[in-house]
Amino acid sequence: MLEDIGNLMQGFAVALTWKNLVFMLVGILLGVLIGVLPGLGGANGVAILLPLTFTMSPTSAIIMLSCIYWGALFGGAITSILFNIPGEPWSVATTFDGFPMAQQGRAGEAMTAAFTSSFVGALFAVILITFLAPLVAKFALQFGPPEYFAIQFLTFASFVGMGREPPAKTLVSMMLGFALAAVGLDTVTGTLRMTFGQTELLQGFDFLIAVIGLFGLGEILLTMEEGLAFKGTKGKIDLNIVLKTWKLLPKFWLTSLRACLIGCWMGITPGGATPASFMSYGMARRFSKKGDKFGTGEIEGVVAPETAAHAAGTSALLPMLTLGIPGSPTAAVLLGGLLIWGLQPGPLLFVEKKEFVWGLIASMYLGNIVGLVIVLTTVPFWAAILRVPFAIIAPVIVVICAIGAYTVHNKFFDVAMMVVFGVVGYAFKKLKYPLAPLVLALVLGDGAETAFRQSMLASGGNVGIFFSNGLVGSIMALGMVILCWPLVARVRAFGRQRSGGARPAPPPA
Amino acid sequence: METREKGARGDVELRWAELIVALLVVAGALVVMVDSLRVGIAWGDDGPKAGYFPFFIGCILGSAALWIAARTLVAWKSLGDKMFVTGAELRPVLSMLLPTIAYVIGIYFIGIYVASAIYIAAFMVWQGKYGWLPTLATSVGVPLAIFLMFEMWFLVPLPKGPFEKLIGY
Repeated sequence: MLEDIGNLMQGFAVALTWKNLVFMLVGILLGVLIGVLPGLGGANGVAILLPLTFTMSPTSAIIMLSCIYWGALFGGAITSILFNIPGEPWSVATTFDGFPMAQQGRAGEAMTAAFTSSFVGALFAVILITFLAPLVAKFALQFGPPEYFAIQFLTFASFVGMGREPPAKTLVSMMLGFALAAVGLDTVTGTLRMTFGQTELLQGFDFLIAVIGLFGLGEILLTMEEGLAFKGTKGKIDLNIVLKTWKLLPKFWLTSLRACLIGCWMGITPGGATPASFMSYGMARRFSKKGDKFGTGEIEGVVAPETAAHAAGTSALLPMLTLGIPGSPTAAVLLGGLLIWGLQPGPLLFVEKKEFVWGLIASMYLGNIVGLVIVLTTVPFWAAILRVPFAIIAPVIVVICAIGAYTVHNKFFDVAMMVVFGVVGYAFKKLKYPLAPLVLALVLGDGAETAFRQSMLASGGNVGIFFSNGLVGSIMALGMVILCWPLVARVRAFGRQRSGGARPAPPPA
Repeated sequence: METREKGARGDVELRWAELIVALLVVAGALVVMVDSLRVGIAWGDDGPKAGYFPFFIGCILGSAALWIAARTLVAWKSLGDKMFVTGAELRPVLSMLLPTIAYVIGIYFIGIYVASAIYIAAFMVWQGKYGWLPTLATSVGVPLAIFLMFEMWFLVPLPKGPFEKLIGY
């Protein structure tokens, strides 16, 4: 514990250079911009900017990229509250009470509440990372291939079991990711798989291209369909409103704490920020005294989802750093960045690249403080950007996506693939196939396959190796339980229906 | 995807979209499985062959997609009034998608800067009904800013065409 605090202080020394502070500022500003614009979000925003950071030092680069992530998390709330358009999927739940508040002329109050709760959620998660990450890393040092595969299995099982989408669709999306990951040269045997003689396919599909297409172009197509009519309310924040709202907020400490816990849980087991925000909103509505007034402009209805979304978004970095398994698509992109810089995330990172890890963790504290100050002071500016007509913004964003796709490998083929992924993203979104499992499977596919094959090699093809000791056995068992959870829930619901006790339908998404 | 009257022009029913996407995924799964069989799914001299893992993936992918297709067929009647996309929604989507495809083809032949300028200008005039001045300013300004940022500042070369050659870059 004391050692961790010492490490953290050294981390602050790394992060607190002028150069890094400037990168932090640039990152936050870019991040909020990305969060505010339709079609650009944390995941594809970081993916597009990733190639530009190759020339920087890894520490500065990751500080800037993670700050883009924090900025995007903050930015999503602005559009939700002022325009009733969630800039990010995780801020959908924020619109439920945020937009009514804005309509009543309480936009400033709603935004102060949103930003402050985001900050609280993130801070909670960063503190958790500070003290938990070294322990997890130390623990994970004993992991062999079976344990790694079991952890991956748990990761993907929780997508199926905890996701809001139909399990079969989650499974399809995930397996597509694994299949795409397998395309190209098999590194173990040197065999070419699914390339069909095309040289472009030799290197396989890069997940950055998939992220830019699925989340970027796909999102733009969806926005086009909805017909863009920004009917926004004016957002004004001054110090008075901020201080007044801050006086109100401590009343909701219980909601906030609950949201933090939900968020961290969903972030570490990769449920992600979006389900966390919905779950937290639902819980707050159930337990709050004013629960029946939710949806009409309750400040608590803003606090709950925002806290949880930020806690989840931040804690998603914990498994990414300690195990090399990202808890969200954006964390996956950051992981890709680390690999490009030659940093292999995982337990060894904490031993070999100590100053990098602690610099990053320290920058999470600083980045969120800087972020809170920036968003509170610059809201009118972002609201003005949202008034730029879509006929200008849409083609510019597509151009940025195309450039982002090209710069990953300097390959034209990738730009064409981006369009294909864009159409897939549009169709999948409309048919309620989740996209996050596809991206994560594409990132982790090779690792999962290697772990699986090494385990099989060690056991001579016996699947029993995944239950050969207490550790791997219990992880696998937990994964199985989570995987089968939808089935259990359905059987229980069926039983309840038959006994006549009809329960009210769950809240609409 | 709201419920509305059937038969309007350009409407795509949800059940057809569900079925077609599921069947496309099944086809993809078959490709994965067939190719895995080609490279071998059995145990080689030095451990599992290259198709070992992808074959499992293909199996799960195919069965999950078949399950979705089957469920769609079972509920076929009750899904009848749900739309995947209506004609009125599809038009703006295509008006975005088709120019984008043209744009990407354009990148290949005339480079990214000129293609971007034309793409942005076309979109602004066609969709936004802007006059020539704002159109010109945006469609030249954005590629120029990108040029300065990528070629000059970050030294990342982007695809160029005959126009850039003409001005000697």
